[in-house]
Amino acid sequence: MDNPVDAALPPRPAGARTVEQRNRVVIRFAGDSGDGMQLTGDRFTSAAAAFGNDLATMPDFPAEIRAPHGTLAGVSSFQLHFADYDILTPGDRPDVLVAMNPAALKANLRDLPAGGALIVDTDEFTKRNLTKVGYAEDPLAEGALSSYTVHRVPMTSLTTAALESLGIGKKDAERSKNMFALGLLSWMYSRPTEGTERWLRDKFAKRPEIAEANVVAFRTGHAYGETTESFAVTYEVAPAALPDGTYRQITGNTALAYGIVTAGQQSGLPVFLGSYPITPASDILHELSRLKRFGVTTFQAEDEIAGIGAALGAAYGGAIGVTTTSGPGLALKSEAIGLAVMTELPLLIVDVQRGGPSTGLPTKTEQSDLLQAMFGRNGEAPVPVVAPRSPADAFDAAVDAVRIALAYRTPVLLLSDGAIANGSEPWRVPEDDELPDLGVEFATEPNGPDGSFLPYARDPETLARPWAVPGTPGLAHRIGGLEKADGTGNISYDSANHEFMVRVRQARIDGIAVPDLEVDDPTGDADVLVLGWGSTYGPIGAAARRLRTAGHRVAQAHVRHLNPLPANTEAVLRSYRQVIVPEMNLGQLAFLLQGRYCIPVTSITKVAGLPFGAEELADRLAAHLVAPPLQNPPLQDTDQKEEVPA
Amino acid sequence: MTTVDLGLPVRGGLDLVPTAEDVQKAKDYASDQEVRWCPGCGDYAVLAAVRSFLPTLSIKRENTVFVSGIGCSSRFPYYLDTYGMHSIHGRAPAIATGLAVSRPDLSVFVVTGDGDALSIGGNHLIHALRRNVNMTILLFNNRIYGLTKGQYSPTSEVGKVTKSTPMGSLDHPFNPVSLALGAEATFVGRAMDSDRAGLTAVLEAAAKHRGASLVEIYQDCPIFNDGSFDVLRKPDESESRVIQVTHGQPITFGTDGRWAVVRRGFGLAVAPIAEVDPADVVVHDATDHELAFALSRLSDQALDHAVFGVLRQVQRPTYDDLTRAQVEQAVTAADAAGGPDLHGLLHGADTWTIAGR
Repeated sequence: MDNPVDAALPPRPAGARTVEQRNRVVIRFAGDSGDGMQLTGDRFTSAAAAFGNDLATMPDFPAEIRAPHGTLAGVSSFQLHFADYDILTPGDRPDVLVAMNPAALKANLRDLPAGGALIVDTDEFTKRNLTKVGYAEDPLAEGALSSYTVHRVPMTSLTTAALESLGIGKKDAERSKNMFALGLLSWMYSRPTEGTERWLRDKFAKRPEIAEANVVAFRTGHAYGETTESFAVTYEVAPAALPDGTYRQITGNTALAYGIVTAGQQSGLPVFLGSYPITPASDILHELSRLKRFGVTTFQAEDEIAGIGAALGAAYGGAIGVTTTSGPGLALKSEAIGLAVMTELPLLIVDVQRGGPSTGLPTKTEQSDLLQAMFGRNGEAPVPVVAPRSPADAFDAAVDAVRIALAYRTPVLLLSDGAIANGSEPWRVPEDDELPDLGVEFATEPNGPDGSFLPYARDPETLARPWAVPGTPGLAHRIGGLEKADGTGNISYDSANHEFMVRVRQARIDGIAVPDLEVDDPTGDADVLVLGWGSTYGPIGAAARRLRTAGHRVAQAHVRHLNPLPANTEAVLRSYRQVIVPEMNLGQLAFLLQGRYCIPVTSITKVAGLPFGAEELADRLAAHLVAPPLQNPPLQDTDQKEEVPA
Repeated sequence: MTTVDLGLPVRGGLDLVPTAEDVQKAKDYASDQEVRWCPGCGDYAVLAAVRSFLPTLSIKRENTVFVSGIGCSSRFPYYLDTYGMHSIHGRAPAIATGLAVSRPDLSVFVVTGDGDALSIGGNHLIHALRRNVNMTILLFNNRIYGLTKGQYSPTSEVGKVTKSTPMGSLDHPFNPVSLALGAEATFVGRAMDSDRAGLTAVLEAAAKHRGASLVEIYQDCPIFNDGSFDVLRKPDESESRVIQVTHGQPITFGTDGRWAVVRRGFGLAVAPIAEVDPADVVVHDATDHELAFALSRLSDQALDHAVFGVLRQVQRPTYDDLTRAQVEQAVTAADAAGGPDLHGLLHGADTWTIAGR
């Protein structure tokens, strides 16, 4: 390497470096909203993915685009957990905290466990910045952080010094300090560097001088680690032994968008997305807007209602109609979902849940729209509800949701959430022949007496009505929101007909074929079941591993199809002495299960805008477990070591 | 921001809709459903006009779709043997947008009323007009809420006494033509329900216009707002009020053209022809945005004057054509490179393989 820092610093004496192996590491990058922490975290993630580690990430950023500089409100962070085995969560607490300013330190230090490593940009610890966040004393003063391994690094000035010869502006030079931090961390964790340098040159291809600045900053950070006494140890995390296959890193929003595109390709139908921008769902609109070559049309509507309205109009015309939103938008779409229920047209409604009620916490996660998804419409308006359990799983969940919509001619609600949307993990990319055939047939022939067409005649198996698209000769018919007569679909106010139609609409949804609930019970003799849905999958799995390691017998099951519930749900629940349901709401699934099956359920809830931590959830579960742990813990396989500190 | 000119050909509103092989008649467009409007309702006249005008378009009946919202007029689709959707209150333009964008082979009509289009659905109306989505919007304006039994509407006169305004309405009404012009509509017309010839002419021009066409139809509600347009119907009163405009023709009206429209200040005024220099009589130009707006201002809530005909008709690329062109451009480029590559999309640029563990 040749850069100014290499020249300035003497090389470390040979043999002074220690390399330690780690099974897993959690790193948190924290800085100001404008410091590029999300980008830094993303890039470190890509490098870890390319290296073959298993990983899980959790970005955490404010709703304001650029909150006042240097304030607590403006702190943005990115946490990354990477390991040499299959992990389930982004990690509870970081092993390493990178704090780019006093605000980032103040907001994140409480999460750093004793003995953790802290890397700070000392240049930002000015009196003014300290005052901004209410530090009366310098938190970096000798002795103040004695329980941590503190690395005081003047990142900003080292970066600007290294870039001086490039002749770029001071601002651009300072903005490269995040790449210094990335370089330093890349050195500490023995990450390959070529990929990051290539990525920087691609990203800034149109501004080569900026690309160069970032590469030099990255190399400078790397060299700093290599040559500075303070960093005597580097760590290695070996690739993870995941199941065979081809993997890539993917976020939930991207996986969901790809699932929609794939459903379009596998059904041979065009995709029409009608959407209004809303956090944290907008990235699905952005992604699909770039995929027009797959026959995807995207329509940025004037409001949430027009988004779903246009999607429904396209569905009437024979497209896969899709609308994407978050909680407040779902509320606005309620009436149109009711129309889709009444007109029995396929439609996919994606709700990327965020903290509520009202505008709530736009950039934070929650699972509090479950009951809105289930029941948030006037009248008896049943809608299938599908929820992915992780970022990569959003692909399969989206494909499955479209399958249900097409096969049963119904709107389907796909409940993602902020943690899934912005989190990322390795995804085993499906082989081409693993993708399902979603082919549908439009009605082309009359189906009634004397060559008439009955738009509400039903398939005896699925109870789905024919999908007769405009332009089909002989099948012209009228549909709408008024109650239909069975068969003809004509307006009917007949009481017996209404009773029948309400029940048949319900029966159609209740009869949707969904796979049975699978239970994970390694010892086979658990008497407590922990049941979850959505993004709590990771924390529940990690907590269950901890409890099993501690000798508890715990079974885990996860619900993907919330409506209809799998046919074996009641039998599964009844086979356990105790059922515990952790949720990021005030107990909505627990409420549903108790109402439906009259089975007592223990509810564990959290509404902090953040996912459960594995340790936190394990502790809370343990407090609820009635039976004492087994005297002799069963032998553990590698699956069981998750979240147990390496 | 960069802008891209997609260089689309100029088309008519029905150019991509397949033509009918047989000669069609009005009765072919009547569905088997019993029409359930009140006796004397103006909707009957409009329905009859539409049933007889649709065959003249010579397009396939099954490629015609009527989308409506909620209200008396929104029952319209049930009475036509075409495809149709009676949707939810105010949302018909949004639903029609999705349909028109995804299906260029359809002739899409929206049937709506003054409450449906201008109150609950005002947002969708203005955005459909500004985007210029290829659809024909029939706005039935009876200046009252009929289906909810007689409350004032966004076009009711100030002071109107209704069930919800016993001391008189306080709301200033919309002028729907002015509103549509302000929303950048490329086609705006107006007709009277009982004027079969005038209504048919405007509807035909609207249907053949490529883009969003708004046709305001004055229509009587005999139950809750009876005779609301009588001053425009009775010969003795209408003579001095009804202004029919034709593109390229001087704007005169009344028996033997007794009155003329002339410029006054930034707007227009009505003057007796005898007092006007013939050179000062305004010649209607439907492509002139300012003239169309000035004409729309001649109509007011008291109906002292009302302008009928095609007030504005201009060409502007439609949202649906442009949207499809972008998709086609992307698909064509992908096809040239061997077709859209789902495998490549899913795999992305950075993958790693695990095998034999």
